[in-house]
Amino acid sequence: MPIPSAALSERIQPNATAPELIRNFCIIAHIDHGKSTLADRMLQLTGVVQPRDARAQYLDRMDIERERGITIKSQAVRMPWQLGEEPYALNMIDTPGHVDFTYEVSRSLAACEGAVLLVDAAQGIEAQTLANLYLAMEHDLEIIPVLNKIDLPAAQPEKYAAELAGLVGGEPEDVLRVSGKTGEGVEELLDRIVHRVPAPVGDPDAPARAMIFDSVYDTYRGVVTYVRAVDGDLNPRERIQMMSTKATHELLEIGVISPEAIKTNGLGVGEVGYLITGVKDVRQSKVGDTVTAANNPAEKPLGGYEDPKPMVFSGLYPIDGSDYPTLRDALDKLKLNDAALNYEPETSVALGFGFRVGFLGLLHLEIVRERLEREFDLDLISTAPNVVYDVTMEDGTEVKVTNPSEFPGGRIKDVREPIVKATVLTPSEFVGAVMGLCTDRRGQLDGMDYLSEDRVELRWTLPLAEIVFDFFDALKSRTRGYASLDYEPSGDQAADLVKVDILLQGDQVDAFSAIVHKDAAYEYGVKMTAKLKEIIPRQQFEVPIQAAVGARIIARETVRAIRKDVLAKCYGGDISRKRKLLEKQKEGKKRMKNIGSVEVPKEAFISALSSDGAGGKDGGKDKKK
Amino acid sequence: MPALPDGEPVPPDGTLPAAVARTAHDGGTRAPGPAPAGRFGVYVHVPFCSVRCGYCDFNTYTAAELGGGASQVAYADTALREVDLAARVLADAGLSGREVSTVFVGGGTPTMLPAGDLGRIVRRIDATWGLAEGAEVTTEANPDSVTPESLAVLADAGFTRVSFGMQSAVPHVLATLERTHDPDRIPDVVRWARDAGLDVSLDLIYGTPGESLADWRTSVETALATGVDHVSAYALVVEPGTKMAAQVRRGELTLPDEDDQAAKYELADDLLTAAGLDWYEVSNWARGAEHACRHNLAYWRGDDWWGIGPGAHSYVGAPAGGPADGVAGVRWWNVKHPRRYAALLEDGRSPGAGRELLTTAEAHLERVMLGVRLAEGLDLDVLEADGRRAVAGLVASGLLDGAAAVRGRAVLTRRGRLLADAVVRDLTV
Repeated sequence: MPIPSAALSERIQPNATAPELIRNFCIIAHIDHGKSTLADRMLQLTGVVQPRDARAQYLDRMDIERERGITIKSQAVRMPWQLGEEPYALNMIDTPGHVDFTYEVSRSLAACEGAVLLVDAAQGIEAQTLANLYLAMEHDLEIIPVLNKIDLPAAQPEKYAAELAGLVGGEPEDVLRVSGKTGEGVEELLDRIVHRVPAPVGDPDAPARAMIFDSVYDTYRGVVTYVRAVDGDLNPRERIQMMSTKATHELLEIGVISPEAIKTNGLGVGEVGYLITGVKDVRQSKVGDTVTAANNPAEKPLGGYEDPKPMVFSGLYPIDGSDYPTLRDALDKLKLNDAALNYEPETSVALGFGFRVGFLGLLHLEIVRERLEREFDLDLISTAPNVVYDVTMEDGTEVKVTNPSEFPGGRIKDVREPIVKATVLTPSEFVGAVMGLCTDRRGQLDGMDYLSEDRVELRWTLPLAEIVFDFFDALKSRTRGYASLDYEPSGDQAADLVKVDILLQGDQVDAFSAIVHKDAAYEYGVKMTAKLKEIIPRQQFEVPIQAAVGARIIARETVRAIRKDVLAKCYGGDISRKRKLLEKQKEGKKRMKNIGSVEVPKEAFISALSSDGAGGKDGGKDKKK
Repeated sequence: MPALPDGEPVPPDGTLPAAVARTAHDGGTRAPGPAPAGRFGVYVHVPFCSVRCGYCDFNTYTAAELGGGASQVAYADTALREVDLAARVLADAGLSGREVSTVFVGGGTPTMLPAGDLGRIVRRIDATWGLAEGAEVTTEANPDSVTPESLAVLADAGFTRVSFGMQSAVPHVLATLERTHDPDRIPDVVRWARDAGLDVSLDLIYGTPGESLADWRTSVETALATGVDHVSAYALVVEPGTKMAAQVRRGELTLPDEDDQAAKYELADDLLTAAGLDWYEVSNWARGAEHACRHNLAYWRGDDWWGIGPGAHSYVGAPAGGPADGVAGVRWWNVKHPRRYAALLEDGRSPGAGRELLTTAEAHLERVMLGVRLAEGLDLDVLEADGRRAVAGLVASGLLDGAAAVRGRAVLTRRGRLLADAVVRDLTV
């Protein structure tokens, strides 16, 4: 009898549940390893969702998440369960599954006492999962290793059970084997969660403290803040205070999700739920912050709070300049729900008015861009992503560079670039290929281990700039898709970096400036000029395309002048067609950007800036092959 | 022939839009306007060929492809029906007071029709509107399909000019073009035509796959050696849907390169100019103005014309007083297929497939686009302010002639002729 009777249910009502009857857990899994399907199955088994209501992947709210099969925003669902004669309230906290959201993952983990380590029985553990597993272990979470998709013909449960047992300790036989699809093993998993995950501990009499592990903007309700109560009791009649900013808010509503919002009289020790305060911007309700009662505030916040820090920058420009206000409004709207998104207006000689936007990482960039295009119907050009450089001039002036074209000239003493600790998991046959790639990208090998007899974990320190461009694609193509990657910021390092400018007829095209390692500058110049030569249409005059470091030209191509642009025949029956052709050409001219006197189609910018373009990192890729 | 343009339907009786008419159709509420301005020409399309050339996208058919009322035998009678329809439509619109300045019979291969049939069509045009004193009456001809006798019959029937599709003097080039005529006949047919009292033009094509610069020189020099007074030289354009386009797609032929075409244009211009033939339009050279093709000049100058035959286009411009109701002219085009064309006319209906009423802006673009192709150039006063502002830049970059600009005309330099479309775009911003 997994679902408690009415009498037992009385003991696990929100705000009236003893902490020892609460279990808070999350699921750590790679994209595609079946987390959402398993979560759906749990919702059904616990009676929270009736099978007929089950919308596939209930927890993923946004279209993009559903299409990409990834979870951007975590949520928490309260589920009843019974083991023996005791009822339990299980809080499943959904975690974001991607490298860019490491901080959010860490906050979700901090809200739990246990983690289900879910791994596809046909694929084994992936680098991101491994990274999140290590994170969970750092938080002292109880780990429950589980192999999913055991119904698949390609499943190799023995092999991967051994791998998981090796990682988390224990015996391979202890690794649970489930199928989210068929439901096999899921009841046992819920039982094991109750058994193994420790109950939350807190002081019910202390001033209230709750940690924000997510906050989501809702058009109708404003910001919905998800919290894990640690001490005391939050109560709907009190004002609350955000401890990082000391801002106080009226508490309009407090409750739990099961699976829709249910208002409650409060949240007790160890409980997980939501708050609504009427604020309109997730920045006023920051992930990691501690909520306390305004009239009886706690002295010390819970640890671990950090401000989200953008790591990757890209210029976003509307293809149609008149869309600039729409883009501005769209960013303002997205910002309400994305505390990590920040942007400044920027003007490019080549691309017009746009924004320099900071992101947590590449996926974050892609998601934001896709939402802007899809939800706001914008056509955008985005410049090649770059990282932030700290430049110190010889006179001691310090400059923070978020746009390569603003890299200072003159006497530079020191340039520092961000670095990451990266983990690559790969079948052992590709170790050589991975080492080739990572050393080409200025990586330093920090260590390597066998995970199982044919899978290897390689740990690297890499400049972030070397992986923001096309590293992941290159890794996949060199390992036939088998390798996986995870990384986390790890400070910065001094590096011998230069800015390569691209000039059309002597005029610098700011959108194509790149900061690359000195040794890669020539290659970047050669590739970019060659690429532009292909995509810049011939003009009425010869157009030199040059790559330059400072005043020194390092590469040059020439677009020859067009000699013929006339229809030979133009008689009575040709006139309408010819006129329409000219009208079309004149329309096309409007989609041209003038760089000096050179007309460059916007498509050329898109093409040159796209990831198959000659990005600085592309140069390295073929260097030694 | 390329697909017909998109347009609105032509009324079944062919009535012209009120905006270009000089009288009203609805019982005469509008007072008769001034007599129609400008010249009036007639184009006659003959949609037959003995074989279809691989590069050709004109509206033409071989005998095997047609039958019934669309046959070559019945074609002249069908064309005469459209002359009658044209007479009625123009009269209804108050546009009948003009003699015909020029007639041009093109194709296809007009000389696939018996010379007598061509003569009947010209006589009907004369009988209907009157041929003006000194009218120019041209027919295109395939060098294969004429004899001294047939040329004499044409001259007797009122033709004054013949344009031969020579294309090239080089056998391998003609073979690639799938032209079947014997290049050695060219000097003969030119002499026969001149003997018959006809003005002669030769058409040449450059940039055929496999044609060298030397081949092209041979062709131009061979044409000039006949003493001809008019040459048209066209860059080969591989139109979609032609056999040649398929050959290019399959990699059997290599597309003509535009730089090569530009070099050949310049060579032709050098040779023709040295022989006393001056350019008067981007692709046309003549020994003095009296040998220029007046019918084609009428297109470029924006005069009115009626096009007889399947797929033929016609044009009637705005009344002399200027555009009415924002309509600056009407252009329409006939159905393409000869059988459908014949059936409509037999039914007493207009063969018009569609038409467009030109806005002032469209008419302006056409005027610049056509006028600038001429050696006489375009009156700078025609241009709008932005276009006039572009003139200095175009002179500076060597595309427009500076001296002509000072005299108030936009005249292309030779480099400008090769970049005429770019010039038009700049002049019509």
